[in-house]
Amino acid sequence: MAELRTAALVGNPNAGKSALFNALTGARQKIANYPGVTVERKAGRLTLPSGEAIELTDLPGSYGLNATSPDEEVTRRVILGELPGEPAPQVLVVVLDASNLEQHLVFAQEVIALGRPTVVALNMVDLAERDGLVIDPAALADALGVPVIPTVAVRRRGLDELAAAIAVAEDRPAEHHRPHTTLTERRLTAHAIAEGAIVSETARHRMHAKLDRLFLHPWLGPLILFALLFVVFQAVFSWATPFADALEGGIGALSDLARAHLPEGLPRDLLTEGVLAGVGSVVVFLPQIVILFFFILAMEASGYMARAAFLMDRLMAGVGLSGRSFIPLLSSFACAIPGIMATRSITDSKDRLTTILIAPLMTCSARLPVYAVIIAAFIPNRAVLPGVGLQGLVLLGLYVFGIVAAMLVALVLRRSVTKGAASGFIMELPKYQMPRLGDLALGLWQRAWVFLRRAGTIIFIVTVALWILLNFPRAGEGENQVDASIAGKIANGLAVVVEPIGFNRDIALSLIPAMAAREVAVSSLATSYAVGADDEEEQAAELGERLKADWSLPTALAFLAWFVFAPQCMSTIAVTRRETNGWKWPIVMLLYLFGLAYVFAGLTYWGAVALGL
Amino acid sequence: MTLDLLPPGTRALITAVDWSALVAEEAARLQALGLDVGARVAVAHRGVFGGRDPIALTVGRMTVALRRAHARAMQVEAL
Repeated sequence: MAELRTAALVGNPNAGKSALFNALTGARQKIANYPGVTVERKAGRLTLPSGEAIELTDLPGSYGLNATSPDEEVTRRVILGELPGEPAPQVLVVVLDASNLEQHLVFAQEVIALGRPTVVALNMVDLAERDGLVIDPAALADALGVPVIPTVAVRRRGLDELAAAIAVAEDRPAEHHRPHTTLTERRLTAHAIAEGAIVSETARHRMHAKLDRLFLHPWLGPLILFALLFVVFQAVFSWATPFADALEGGIGALSDLARAHLPEGLPRDLLTEGVLAGVGSVVVFLPQIVILFFFILAMEASGYMARAAFLMDRLMAGVGLSGRSFIPLLSSFACAIPGIMATRSITDSKDRLTTILIAPLMTCSARLPVYAVIIAAFIPNRAVLPGVGLQGLVLLGLYVFGIVAAMLVALVLRRSVTKGAASGFIMELPKYQMPRLGDLALGLWQRAWVFLRRAGTIIFIVTVALWILLNFPRAGEGENQVDASIAGKIANGLAVVVEPIGFNRDIALSLIPAMAAREVAVSSLATSYAVGADDEEEQAAELGERLKADWSLPTALAFLAWFVFAPQCMSTIAVTRRETNGWKWPIVMLLYLFGLAYVFAGLTYWGAVALGL
Repeated sequence: MTLDLLPPGTRALITAVDWSALVAEEAARLQALGLDVGARVAVAHRGVFGGRDPIALTVGRMTVALRRAHARAMQVEAL
């Protein structure tokens, strides 16, 4: 065999592959996409006993080489070396859940039969022992004809042995290079092999059966889920406050420092008005995003997320979807991009398309900066009930508005453009597991990094470009800088279109750069007010104060309603195009969301005016 | 008896499956999860809010969620 450079983990979903991958490669992982598809490619470096490092990839979980979802399709094509631009991995590491041996051996046989260098990682042997299962790895290795290494990824057991086995994995005579056995034959073989390898099987005390009796209880289960979701959203807003305040203070201090030490002039203004006011107003939302992702990752890693999908299936079925759509939609509360990518696990294509189209209606974290600024400025901070503030209630209302709209849109879509047979719901409910803190921290770091990179690139560039458009040409004597600028002139044109729904010129101005990402609306408002400010004192005034002085309440409410719908996120459009293989569906998404945004902003504005607000 | 009528907690053997009653992808997914003729199953949980959907089955050491419509395609014999 040529020099060993690559290996890949393959196995059923819920075999503990990701935990094993984290344990083998550590924190230095590279996350990208497979060429031409949006399936996430996770790669890391695995150090062999010789000290040399090879690239280890974590392939999407699969039940077999006959793919039924886009995820499984990628796994099949990578293993068989059929994906252009992605050479087949030299060694295949089949990950088996020791406590679910019989089931996982079905796919394992298919992979082993390919005759490629293969090693089996018998994972989660500790959980199997807890369930009263004792397995003989040697007997399993004899039956399968490849080395079997017992591992416990979360406790770092068996990792060195596994790396050593990967280093010496050898070619074996292929069984005709493609398995010719039928599923039924493989299942019978799996049963026989498992039978032979299991040394003893005592009465299983299954903790997760007890937990399921509670979490899947027909009445208590949904109650617990809703209580949990309430805690999640509460935490996102209250836990994040001190961190957000600290970040805001830090950015303010930097801005003051720049003002005090740099000579007055355009470069200083670019730094304070453009970079710090713009990018800073977005970065302060990092704590909220991290907290939301913490709960989502913990729910996924613990096995609870699949239960949530089970509980939500009934409700989702009401609008023609299934419980499977719940996971992508919940992720979309953090960001629609991972949400839309998570729809790949939905087998039914009509179901998947509907979920993709409504995902942007879930209030993503990018909308939080917009909502938070407007609510803080226009909604009085008073208690409606003890412990329930009006501001929080309005925010909750915006979330509910988005959810209800999504459900109604799904209902309409399932009866029109995505009409088809009622979709089903088939899903494995994995065993409960205590999430490992290290794995959670790694996942959080990866998400936080994506957000900061966005703030540092797209948002930075757009904010600076806007600042330049706002500052040139320079205003003459007695003329306002924003009025004189190129950006001001463009906004004047757009203002004609949005005036009927109560938007002013400043809003029109902020909507253009916000096409890149919604949170840019806030940084653009901050930048344009900072540029338009007449003196230093006004320039330093908080954005909220400026808005309160310049906007009417109906305008502010219309602005909120606009952002419930407006698809102002280039990344979402791009990911929708890739996931649906064409421009048709992203264009449908853009048109229907902008249409709804315009109508609802208008209704809100004129309704509020009629009520005398 | 079809699987959707099996009382919770009763163990049963799948004796026949009417695959033609199911969409091809769903049939493949059910088979991949081990729901096929000869499998021993039990209904662990059924329904939310008093409804009869979805159903959680134990198959070997796995728990699998599906809908009543899928379960109706499977003939079972209580053990």
